[in-house]
Amino acid sequence: MAKIESAFLDLTYLDRLAAGNTVIHRLDPRVKVVTAALFVVCVVSFDKYVVAAMLPFAVFLMIVMRLGGIPAGYVIAKLIVTSPFAVMVGMFNPFLDHQTVLQLGSLAVSGGWVSFLSILLRFGLTVTAMLVLIATTGFNQVCMALERLGVPNIFAVQLLMLYRYIFVLLEEGQRMHRARALRSFQQRGMGMKQYAYLLGQLLLRTIDRGQRIHLAMLCRGFDGTIRIRRNLRITPRDIVVFLAAGMVLIAMRRFNIALLLGNFITDLLP
Amino acid sequence: MHMSDALLSPAVGGAMWAATAGTIAICARKVQRDLDDRKVPLMGVLGAFVFAAQMINFTIPATGSSGHLGGGLILAVLLGPYAAFLTIASVLTVQALFFADGGLLALGCNIFNLGAFPCFIAYPLLYRPLVGTNPTPMGIAVGAIVGGIVGLQLGALAVVIETVGSKISALPLQAFLAAMLPIHLGIGLVEGLVTAAVVSFIWKARPEILRTAAEARPLGNLRLKKVVVGFGAAALITGGALSWFASSNPDGLEWSMAKTSGKEELAAPATGIHRLLAAIQQHASFLPDYGFKDGGSQPASTAQPPPAWPAVDKGTSTAGLVGGGLTLALAVMVGLLFRKRKQTP
Amino acid sequence: MSHHIVEVQNLTHTYPDGTAAVRGISFRIHHGEAVAVVGANGAGKSTLLLHLNGYLTPQGGTVRIGDFPLTRETVKDIRKTVGMIFQDPDDQLFMPTVYEDVAFGPLNLGLPPAEVEQRVEQALQRTGVEHLRDRPPYKLSGGEKRAVAIATVLAMSPDILVMDEPTSNLDPLSRRTLIELLAGFHHTKIIATHDLDMVIDLCERTIVIHEGTIMADGPTADIFNDDYLLKKSHLERPLRMQACPFCSRR
Repeated sequence: MAKIESAFLDLTYLDRLAAGNTVIHRLDPRVKVVTAALFVVCVVSFDKYVVAAMLPFAVFLMIVMRLGGIPAGYVIAKLIVTSPFAVMVGMFNPFLDHQTVLQLGSLAVSGGWVSFLSILLRFGLTVTAMLVLIATTGFNQVCMALERLGVPNIFAVQLLMLYRYIFVLLEEGQRMHRARALRSFQQRGMGMKQYAYLLGQLLLRTIDRGQRIHLAMLCRGFDGTIRIRRNLRITPRDIVVFLAAGMVLIAMRRFNIALLLGNFITDLLP
Repeated sequence: MHMSDALLSPAVGGAMWAATAGTIAICARKVQRDLDDRKVPLMGVLGAFVFAAQMINFTIPATGSSGHLGGGLILAVLLGPYAAFLTIASVLTVQALFFADGGLLALGCNIFNLGAFPCFIAYPLLYRPLVGTNPTPMGIAVGAIVGGIVGLQLGALAVVIETVGSKISALPLQAFLAAMLPIHLGIGLVEGLVTAAVVSFIWKARPEILRTAAEARPLGNLRLKKVVVGFGAAALITGGALSWFASSNPDGLEWSMAKTSGKEELAAPATGIHRLLAAIQQHASFLPDYGFKDGGSQPASTAQPPPAWPAVDKGTSTAGLVGGGLTLALAVMVGLLFRKRKQTP
Repeated sequence: MSHHIVEVQNLTHTYPDGTAAVRGISFRIHHGEAVAVVGANGAGKSTLLLHLNGYLTPQGGTVRIGDFPLTRETVKDIRKTVGMIFQDPDDQLFMPTVYEDVAFGPLNLGLPPAEVEQRVEQALQRTGVEHLRDRPPYKLSGGEKRAVAIATVLAMSPDILVMDEPTSNLDPLSRRTLIELLAGFHHTKIIATHDLDMVIDLCERTIVIHEGTIMADGPTADIFNDDYLLKKSHLERPLRMQACPFCSRR
């Protein structure tokens, strides 16, 4: 499937997930955005050799995903697809970092492997956090939350309008791409000249569309500012959830829960 | 290349976000004051265009690999640097959220790397002077290629500095640079060629579009440019310094705390809570090498970690592994057990 | 209620590339009339329509909407009176949700929030799309988008509705729904269209434009029975006025 078609499907799929009505979906988007940011900062602030301490964050994510009705399979597929850069860079760590940090019986594990694992874990956690955010909130709501959190109006408007027209442009691009593909019989890909021509046409149509939209705006009294609806309301439940989640995240960052659990278990054993 | 959260430290990420946020604020104000309110819908649809364009690949001749338009330079040509920066930022935001291209923290880096360099350096300092107010196909080609190459090289350089500065990856600076820069030279060349081709197409088909874009002044005044470049430099330097500080001492905050407050504060937990926390803290580290987290046998003011680890406390390691394994199992369990509760979208 | 008319006198407009799109058009439309503007592609329909909401100002001749002559200064007031609905509803629905699109106009008019809410509600009800209020526009079908586009204009309470190809790209049911909807409006309606069968249903008067000038201006029935006129204007009879393809009976 061409990249443009899979991109379209991805967007619509996440959009559909976001239209759900679970307890996570019903939270105020600002709570979700800030919690997601806190999550990422906590994970990323771990030291390079930390692995076990990050795992409770995975449990946290799993719980949120279950409550929010997000299929784990989709997330894992996405993780695999987007991992190359992090994996490629992280892969060098085992070759460069040889000092032993862990002794498992007679097996010496080097810092390089541990930090590589840490990188993979970081990647998985941060990427999943974002997918969970968008799948339980929806892009429009995220933008409204950002606007309320202080992002300049014109940037929030830009985000909203971009999202609104992404589907239209993807569809147009898909059509042109398919039309060209159907007429090219031997080659599998298109050369730069054809590409530039295709893009040029699409660009002209886009600019024309921009002008028509502008006209439509003027006809409805556009005066330079677009007013976004502001009907977000924080409920006591939102505050409670936010504080609870925040405390859990900070606690997980501060204390190595995996280690505590392990200590607890090993102390129980004879 | 997009920066990833997995390789980023909070210090570097935070610094870049500061730079990006500041730039967004400046650009927003500039665009707001712009009298041409056609820009508002145009920014939206052009952002969607760039997004869609990036999804279409072409084959690069002689290599067989595929490439696509980045879009930074062409947006700057059509919208001017400020509006273009906001547009690129919005495209990257959508990519980060939906396609995990980067991450929430890395988004600050990516917006700056892929937005600031084309918009505030490549376009006004290279493309505009080379193309002039009366574009010719050759002028456009030269301007776009030079702009593309420089923009992407700077972007690649920034990614390397951010990665090395974060100290999560073990890649040394020179090796990383040696890998990234040549690759991005090629990518920049391709970007420049594609940009040139598209801009030339527009110039031939509807020259008035480029004419109106060319009439605007690229950057308000020299001072602003210096501010923006200064932002970027400051962010990189601050981030680098902070992360060096943070990582050369495993827990920089505690180290500095130990240094300034002395041993007594750490060795004598006052109340029950403190004793509990101290006890937890003793076990809280995977690597019991940190002097002040040890049973107390090492002086708290040891600055550098010894190169060879002393005998690792087997108990801690086992416990760590057991705990880690259990937590992982728990995560998987939650995932599997409650699958039945999944609501179909 | 004042006597709203649209009065165009000797309008001419030539595009920068030299195309003379409109060459001396004159007509008068009275309050409450439903007038169809038909003609071949490139005849000048769209250019004419763009003058009616002030996007283009006359190069020659005059345009009067109600009491206002069309000039750069009066454009804003004219746009409150004339609501224009474009051919591609995707160009008109640019806000994140239907509600916000419909509220866009009233908010720009500076109305207080309560009245904005009221106007939006009314517009959504008039067009039968209240259930879509929180839907994003890219999730609407073609017919729904058309209806919402009309709602966005209705919310500004215009006296005159100008429409460019309202039934294009609609499936038969959506088209029928739209025609019934428009039939229920008592605004002055000016509809540029190729859908001659819709013209029979909605417009008692038709203006035929050919190569920038008016070929005919009169009762719809007369014009659609004039085969010579239709042929000269690159048109043909509405489909239901042609011979039945199965039994050859009219």
